[in-house]
Amino acid sequence: MANYSTNEFRSGLKVMLDGEPCSILDNEFVKPGKGQAFNRVRMRNLKTGRVWDRTFKSGESLEGADVLDQTMEYLYTDGEFWYFMEPDTFEQHQADAKAVGDTHRWLKEQDRCEVTLYNGSPLSVEAANFVELEITETDPGLKGDTAQGGSKPATLSTGAVVKVPLFLSQGEIIRVDTRSGEYVGRAGKS
Amino acid sequence: MDRWRPDADLDALRQRAAVLAGIRSFFAARGVLEVETPLLCTSGITDPSIEPLLVERGNSLAAPRYLQTSPEYAMKRLLAAGSGPIFQIARAFRDDESGRRHNPEFTLLEWYRPGLDHHALMDELEQLVGGLLDRQGSKKFSYRDVFREFAGVDPFLATAAQLEAAAREVTDPGSAHGPREFWLDMLLTHVIEPALAGLGLVFVYDYPAAQAALARIAEVDGVAVGQRFELYVDGVELANGYNELTDAVEQRQRFERDNRLRRETGRPERPLDENLLAALASGLPDCSGVALGIDRLVMLATGSEDIRQVQAFSWDRS
Repeated sequence: MANYSTNEFRSGLKVMLDGEPCSILDNEFVKPGKGQAFNRVRMRNLKTGRVWDRTFKSGESLEGADVLDQTMEYLYTDGEFWYFMEPDTFEQHQADAKAVGDTHRWLKEQDRCEVTLYNGSPLSVEAANFVELEITETDPGLKGDTAQGGSKPATLSTGAVVKVPLFLSQGEIIRVDTRSGEYVGRAGKS
Repeated sequence: MDRWRPDADLDALRQRAAVLAGIRSFFAARGVLEVETPLLCTSGITDPSIEPLLVERGNSLAAPRYLQTSPEYAMKRLLAAGSGPIFQIARAFRDDESGRRHNPEFTLLEWYRPGLDHHALMDELEQLVGGLLDRQGSKKFSYRDVFREFAGVDPFLATAAQLEAAAREVTDPGSAHGPREFWLDMLLTHVIEPALAGLGLVFVYDYPAAQAALARIAEVDGVAVGQRFELYVDGVELANGYNELTDAVEQRQRFERDNRLRRETGRPERPLDENLLAALASGLPDCSGVALGIDRLVMLATGSEDIRQVQAFSWDRS
């Protein structure tokens, strides 16, 4: 992989730091009037998710990380691994629980999601920002109560539990924002 | 994006012009002479943390020439020739300096006052900047006090290990190692500068002798200090000044020490400016001088967060 100097650190660049793949979030060049210049770099460790501020001497360089974000189709899970497929090549990848993390709560078969590959293997998986999932379990709906507030927990087909308005019932398909885990609305009838 | 378009909006450029006009009338009223000196210089700067850009080709060039990193040396030659007080508004170039407050090409205001020490020059600087930014008053801290106050360490007495520990409390420098000055610079940029953000005009003066650059060294409270100062406005480093070193022998020693440091850290050595050294040997009057970043001054005047907002065309569009 190519080496990148601090002045090439841009948001989104993936680099190796102490043997771990990291993503650059922000890079600020700072220099006292006279003396050593530094780059204060906000980074995310792509394995652990940790975000922190790292200071480099300006001009230092890091090796690029073989990290690739790819849109894939989620196929299924066997309980131990989750399987994804590249839509163009049909190549399949298996991701372990560490890579999938909490995202499993939003994975519906045949949905598209973003898989980050590190050295060719899934490092992390992100669901689409919005997913449509079926309510498999919730208290009976209160007919007519469509305007007023109030909510109840609903279990979705993936096992996720979200708060939904009181009028919704089992079997309905809802739209959820996966970043906040919040109910957005009813999905179009399908 | 239309890449031909200016970075700055036209209002910012009008304010920039007003700042330049304000500077010229300030000095005209005080009898300070405006001068111009060459941008392309036969010798570069030895300062180990400033890298010049080099112009290498052209029939007029007997040897590569450096784009000036500041007009300091040429202006001191004018002072030695008896110019009296002078100022210059000049483009300067520094390689590899790019960020929210840095552009490799930028504009400096530099001026020199024979007969004034650095404290008297700070007063004049406060009048200029206070007037242009419509700000009243300033605070003054010695380098020692500003570190004791905001970083909780004595920059003259703390060991490198103590300074490193203080720096590691605020950032992760990995396995970086360096001498005391390295950690002092990190504390300055990571702790002191942010702490000055809410304080308006702040002067920091009397730097450790190792950071004297071209300032005289004097003994204050039992420690050797470089009679150098910086002006911060809202935490933005705006100007750097010296009670100027006038001793040609000591100046040569400092240049040679810079080059030794360059050699040790694998960076190119720079030819010494023999014209400057000869001017000092012939007699530079006692004087103080200061360089002020005009782009940053306009950033403060316009409330801009990025230097590109005050430059017609920044590096990427020039």
